[in-house]
Amino acid sequence: MSTSAPLLEVHDLRISFGGVHALDGASFAVMPGATTGLIGPNGAGKTTVFNRVSGLLGTGSGRVTFAGRDITRQRPEQISRAGLVRSFQLARGCEQMTVFEHLMLYGPRQPGEGLLRGLRSGPAVRRQEEALRERALAMARRLRLSEVLDNLVVKLSGGQKKLLEIGRVLLAEPKMILLDEPMAGVNPSLVQEIADHLVAIRQSGITILLIEHEMELIERLCDDVVVMAAGRFLTRGSFAEVSANRQVQESYLGLRRQ
Amino acid sequence: MITYLLFLGTLAGIYAILALGLVVSWGQAGMVNLGLAGFFGLGAYASAILSGAGVPIGLAWCLATLLSAAAGIAFCLLTRTLRGDYLAIVTLGFAEGLRLVETNERWLTGGSDGISGIRAPLKSLLPDAFPSLYLAVTWAVVAVAVVLLARLLRSPFGRALRAVRDDEQVAAVAGKSVMRLKCQAFGIGAALFGIAGAVYAHFTSYIAPDNFGVQITIYIFLAATAGGYSRLVGAVAGALAVMTILEASRLAATAIPGLDAVEIAALREFAIAVALILIIQWRPDGMFRMTNQRAGTRPVARPVAADVHS
Repeated sequence: MSTSAPLLEVHDLRISFGGVHALDGASFAVMPGATTGLIGPNGAGKTTVFNRVSGLLGTGSGRVTFAGRDITRQRPEQISRAGLVRSFQLARGCEQMTVFEHLMLYGPRQPGEGLLRGLRSGPAVRRQEEALRERALAMARRLRLSEVLDNLVVKLSGGQKKLLEIGRVLLAEPKMILLDEPMAGVNPSLVQEIADHLVAIRQSGITILLIEHEMELIERLCDDVVVMAAGRFLTRGSFAEVSANRQVQESYLGLRRQ
Repeated sequence: MITYLLFLGTLAGIYAILALGLVVSWGQAGMVNLGLAGFFGLGAYASAILSGAGVPIGLAWCLATLLSAAAGIAFCLLTRTLRGDYLAIVTLGFAEGLRLVETNERWLTGGSDGISGIRAPLKSLLPDAFPSLYLAVTWAVVAVAVVLLARLLRSPFGRALRAVRDDEQVAAVAGKSVMRLKCQAFGIGAALFGIAGAVYAHFTSYIAPDNFGVQITIYIFLAATAGGYSRLVGAVAGALAVMTILEASRLAATAIPGLDAVEIAALREFAIAVALILIIQWRPDGMFRMTNQRAGTRPVARPVAADVHS
């Protein structure tokens, strides 16, 4: 790990839903350029951290800073525009929109989304739309989605939905991405394909925070692993370090004595 | 007979403007507005009162449209935490509340007597040509609205709006200002309802709170549903279809012997209800299905294949 400042810092997040402490003082940091795994048993609060960091959950206490800016109280669209973009675990999408429209939707800084400039649809807007279209088509080729560009997302296979999740997040030109189980429920050969994409994304300089249950993938992909249990930070380190940690083993196996 | 057809044609045009407003706010942005009769009435009363106070009719139309749009945006901001059915119920309450204001604020609206003798453009100059002129003016408003909306909904603005309709959280994560888009869509819808009201008021020259009840809302929902609720062409076709059902059922009812006027009116409402149920059962997409922006990589999309796969 380098000695530079962390890109994302999560400090003492606490959220409870009706008496259940979903997050109970979660703190960790993510270094720029690294792929960090976020692991922990079911119910550890991993997805809740994502929801809180990405602004979809605006409640609770604690602090989140991204690239030196406090984003704790910012709205999801502000956080995405700042360069921190998330994917969804269940590969959510706009059910009446196509793959192509999803890719186009994520294009950043589109002046044509303004009411008056959209109405005018002048040369500048049309040029940007064409440039965005080229990027969307290139992304579709890279993810092998070219054949299904005009399909509605509800007609895609589970694996194609996962690929589209990654593609649209990348179209937003992020500094950092939050990936929530990008390989869950897809066939083994596609898992390898997605893993290769993640390696390529890392090499392009994008920081990744990855929730994943498959430990082989965590070992292969992650420079650094953060372990959560019961809504808190448990430990962090290389994969070898955390997998040798007795506390981590106990939290997964549920043997921890009170 | 000609006068009757011109009257129906103008009314159908007004329904088309209303249905266009519903397509924008409901079909494209996903906000059910059961209060469209309220905005329709707001536009009608505003234009009638303003022109009665001496404001030129064209200016009164513009002001009525702006007022309705502003009311729509304010309403959208006030109800920003509501979605789906909850928003729908509140919009219905808004329309009913406005109708109560129209009924009770006699100093402004004339109460249940309404406002009569509303000036109409060119009527005094060209009394004979007025019905056909007004038909042309009404459909010119429809045409301008369709052209502008088609441009807008094809642009990135329209795409962002449809994302908000399908999943607000996905749209927000994609970096879209969900609240701004919703207010703009709701405001455009309200503006169209308002201008339809203004056109209506100067057409019939008489308005009363009864004109702006739930009934008109149901007609327009039927129009949008029948035509295809996300399509501009569907709004226009649906408005014509509703007008046809309404008038056909009137003629059909007079053919049945032994019915009085009240029973005939009830039969027309019945025909509308049956039509709505049949459409939802058999063709919920309406006449014109939803369309999507094409990637343009397939030969079918373009006559000359631009193959980007090579």
